[in-house]
Amino acid sequence: MKNLIALFCGGLFGIGLFISGMTNTTKVQGWLDIFGNWDPTLAFVLSGAIIPMAITWNITKRIKKPIFTDRFPKKTEQKLNKPLIIGSMMFGMGWGLSGLCPGPAMASLSFGGWQGLMFFFTMAIGMLFTPLIAKYLK
Amino acid sequence: MHPDWVSGLSGGLLIGFAASAYLLLNGRIMGASGILGGLIDLTGYENLLERLCFLLGLVLSPILAIQIAGGHDTQLTSNMYIIIASGLLVGIGTRLANGCTSGHGVCGISRLSFRGITATIVYLLCGVVSIIFFKNLLGLI
Repeated sequence: MKNLIALFCGGLFGIGLFISGMTNTTKVQGWLDIFGNWDPTLAFVLSGAIIPMAITWNITKRIKKPIFTDRFPKKTEQKLNKPLIIGSMMFGMGWGLSGLCPGPAMASLSFGGWQGLMFFFTMAIGMLFTPLIAKYLK
Repeated sequence: MHPDWVSGLSGGLLIGFAASAYLLLNGRIMGASGILGGLIDLTGYENLLERLCFLLGLVLSPILAIQIAGGHDTQLTSNMYIIIASGLLVGIGTRLANGCTSGHGVCGISRLSFRGITATIVYLLCGVVSIIFFKNLLGLI
């Protein structure tokens, strides 16, 4: 059942990304291009996603556990650290360069051509080697 | 102004519903980089199949959407070096930071997580800097 739900949620996520235009790299880069031809679409996408999620987080405080597992994810340690800041800086630079972040990169795999496949492949390699890099930041 | 805010908002709501269902039913945070990353470096070994199912839905559902609604474009660059650099930065960056736009942005901000909000501000700022530098100044993209 959990796997079926995962399939459904992934599917809904993909359709949402597609409809919102976030699989189109021009729209994402347009959002970051505040001194050029600025495209505000991404702000609507984020707001549209955050509002239901904020309500959901409130519901999790009222019910004891998720339907199919034992507990909700705990809020992790709230301290800022080097990996969070350096990682987010790297991610932001890469995001601007191509206009892709991990979700849309996967949602556009089926129609992104060799460029999309290549991006996914290099992203996966980056993820594979991150544990080695993380050691040096500690 | 671009007229795309309606599709942006409705697509965004679908993303929010997906993240809500994943949390309420499976008790999991819907973060794309976390779900994929845990599969790749095997830190998510205890629920590999669940991760795989989520990613399968994510990759396959747009094919369905295109069949129904039609029209798809992604304007991804054909410059191999930019793709490689960007892919590595996004892969390493999101795993180091433990989240991307969906994890830190959608799930973190909505929970008022200090780390999520900080990460989002940092990657947004660096994304803007990246566009200013590589597009507006160097004209590479």
